[in-house]
Amino acid sequence: MAGIVGYGAYIPRKRITTEEIARQWGKNPQTIERGLLLKEKSVPGFDEDTITISVAAGRSAIDRAGVDPQKIGALYIGSESHPYAVKPSGTVAAEAMGIGPEVHIADFEFACKAGTEAMFVALGLVESGRVEYAMGIGADTSQGAPDDALEFSASAGGAAYIFGRDNLIAEVLETYSYTSDTPDFWRREGEFYPRHGGRYTGEPAYFTHVLSASKGILEKTGLKADDFAYAVFHMPNGKFPLTAGKKLGFKEEQLKTGWLVNTMGNTYSGSSPTGLAAILDVAKPGDLILLTSFGSGAGSDSFVLKATDRLPEVQGLAPTVRSMLDGERQYLTYGEYAKFREKIIVND
Amino acid sequence: MPSPRYAREIPTRYRLEAGRCKGCGKVVYPARLVCPACRGRDFETVTLSRKGKVITSTVVHVPPDDFLMEAPYAMAVVETPEGARFMTQVVDCDPSTVLPGMDVALEFRLIRKEGKSGILCYGHKGVPVA
Amino acid sequence: MREVAIVGAGMTRFGELWKYSLRDMFVEAASGALHDAGADRLDSMYVGCMSGGQFVGQEHLGPLMADHLGMTGVAAVHVESACASGGVALRQAFMEVASGMSDLVLAAGIEKMNDGADVTNVLATAADQETEVYYGITFPGLYAMIARAHMQQYGTTEEDLAWVAVKNHKHGAMNEKAQFRREVTAEEVMSSSMVSEPLRLLHCSPVTDGAAAVLVCPLEMAKQFTDRPVKILASGLATGSMALADREDPAVLDSVQKSGERAYEMAGIGPRDVNVAEVHDCFTIAEICCTEALGFVEKGKGGPAAKEGFTALGGCIPVNTSGGLKSKGHPVGATGIAQTIEIFRQLRGEAGARQVENARIGLTQNMGGSGASSVVHIFEGV
Repeated sequence: MAGIVGYGAYIPRKRITTEEIARQWGKNPQTIERGLLLKEKSVPGFDEDTITISVAAGRSAIDRAGVDPQKIGALYIGSESHPYAVKPSGTVAAEAMGIGPEVHIADFEFACKAGTEAMFVALGLVESGRVEYAMGIGADTSQGAPDDALEFSASAGGAAYIFGRDNLIAEVLETYSYTSDTPDFWRREGEFYPRHGGRYTGEPAYFTHVLSASKGILEKTGLKADDFAYAVFHMPNGKFPLTAGKKLGFKEEQLKTGWLVNTMGNTYSGSSPTGLAAILDVAKPGDLILLTSFGSGAGSDSFVLKATDRLPEVQGLAPTVRSMLDGERQYLTYGEYAKFREKIIVND
Repeated sequence: MPSPRYAREIPTRYRLEAGRCKGCGKVVYPARLVCPACRGRDFETVTLSRKGKVITSTVVHVPPDDFLMEAPYAMAVVETPEGARFMTQVVDCDPSTVLPGMDVALEFRLIRKEGKSGILCYGHKGVPVA
Repeated sequence: MREVAIVGAGMTRFGELWKYSLRDMFVEAASGALHDAGADRLDSMYVGCMSGGQFVGQEHLGPLMADHLGMTGVAAVHVESACASGGVALRQAFMEVASGMSDLVLAAGIEKMNDGADVTNVLATAADQETEVYYGITFPGLYAMIARAHMQQYGTTEEDLAWVAVKNHKHGAMNEKAQFRREVTAEEVMSSSMVSEPLRLLHCSPVTDGAAAVLVCPLEMAKQFTDRPVKILASGLATGSMALADREDPAVLDSVQKSGERAYEMAGIGPRDVNVAEVHDCFTIAEICCTEALGFVEKGKGGPAAKEGFTALGGCIPVNTSGGLKSKGHPVGATGIAQTIEIFRQLRGEAGARQVENARIGLTQNMGGSGASSVVHIFEGV
């Protein structure tokens, strides 16, 4: 049985509130907050990107795993905002973490699903016996266009998972993926902001895939919602994951630990992976966890995990998600936010 | 920045690899060929801890072009527990609070971009310890 | 070694010299020095310049300047030590004459900073590229860190820093070659815009164009050129750690101390014997640290010296009667020679309203980068 031997997450310390963004565009903040269930989101500094977030999360994962980074045989980073269009994020992150050069590296992309994709492949490689340990990371610093709904949610953050066969902190009992060509959200080469199909992103895209994958894994494992201690879904806004959870029969207590979007925003490829990290921070041995991601385009990866006896030993070895969400943070004005997100045009 | 010049510094900047002089024990960062204390030429690689203390500092208000949008930013000479000292920015806080004696953690960050089409240059910056 | 004297000096005005190119300025200063001495030939010349290459794209300055002076064929070489380039050019000229190798050697310093180059980036090449500049430090930033360390250790105040600028502007107002010929008040200095905490705009020397040159020859030949030669008693050069982080104490300029000690030893004198000095005040804190390192004041006590009048005209040891780099201007490579010219004039009694009474022994201290190089010369009026 293969599973997770170490995990880590990183959320930048800067924030902007829904209220501040709404004020900029003359919108009513209460309406937005009620409609999207978003209060504030994380904002990356100039000096933060998918690579730096991956390194921070990856270093925490290594600390929790207690594994020599030289033994990590594969590193995959999934993101929608890799810093280079051509040149891998994984190589920079690997050098910073002391991984390699005897390592396989590839960058993954699939809108917001790229993180669980990296995790899926890392897991499979370990299961096949080809490598002893493999790391899969989901991290993003994606942007929302000004005065667009996505501007309230698009944020930055990520989580890293090291997979192995021994000393697991969580077993992976089963996986299930559901994928189809559904053009709900895309970005053409060279464009700065993505585009989306408005309401088309809901039922035909997010819900079809999240529900199909989740139902598929429940059927495959013979488990029911009540068997789980926790469930976490991709969080493009506050409402969607709660609606999906309820439809599958999950209750608020099961959903609330992984439901970070309200104060974190949508960290895209980092979304459900970071939600999972928040759950692992507090889960008890034997707890069953459901994770279902979603990536536009579209697809969902589902995982059923079971916490082991070793989990409580490692929870405190690196910063917890809650400590990063609730700890020291700096609130920005819209002008500062625009500056950090490079929405202000300057000459080269 | 020309790639070879950047790539040579990767162990130094990405992993905080320093050199400990086998002759006198001085930890030299970045690592060098000749020990500045005893002129010895025999070193062992040592990785610095990712934390340090601010020795002296300033807040740059008039920056070089590459750092235009980031100003004002705090810069400091930071000393690690191994006794190595180096200069870097201290971020994620009010720059006026970065003063001698402050404890910082060292995090991997993007230091600079070479314009719109050049390479991305990484390194470590200080972040105040909560 | 033979005894060596300066027998002539020439310099341009210092300021924004839009109509003058690097070579034009050199020619004005060099021909001024030759004319001043009544000389019409040279054996060799040293051209101090921090970066003709980065400011105006021009290297190979030795032959270029010899050519434009109408002296193609003469031995000429470019000398570089960042902001100490001028002082080092003088040292080279001194050694060439003292050794007996040449008789008439020109030591020149030049810099053209206002032709559109990114001055911050060019000046930063005097700091450690890989460990300092890479992370975003600027020149003012390095000296600001030195200031903060000095303030923390010795209680130096922002007002102490401001008074160095006030003093030097007061002197510079009397110098027709100075870039800024107006006085400033301490309030003005302390409310000028912040450059790098705690240094404000008026703590920093300006961006300047300018050139200066002196003619050096054996003392025994000096009477051919002037009735009042000025003897070069000593030259001391020292280096310090390039990176501020590598220094034991960021508030102490080791290179300045060592270069001073070497010069004092060679001249057989001590700091108390110096009547007038030109010291490298690229930033106000630099003057404070240098006066300590040169032994004019005790370590840590440099702060109040300007305010108390200790280093002002009429005080115990007048420092920077020319206006210093702050008020006279700082065309980087030219500064070391301009300092020399001020002492030359002082020791000949030609400093007019800035004259230090009975000045007999003078000292110049010229520094490169954040203190990675320092060169001190000691002079005696004959």
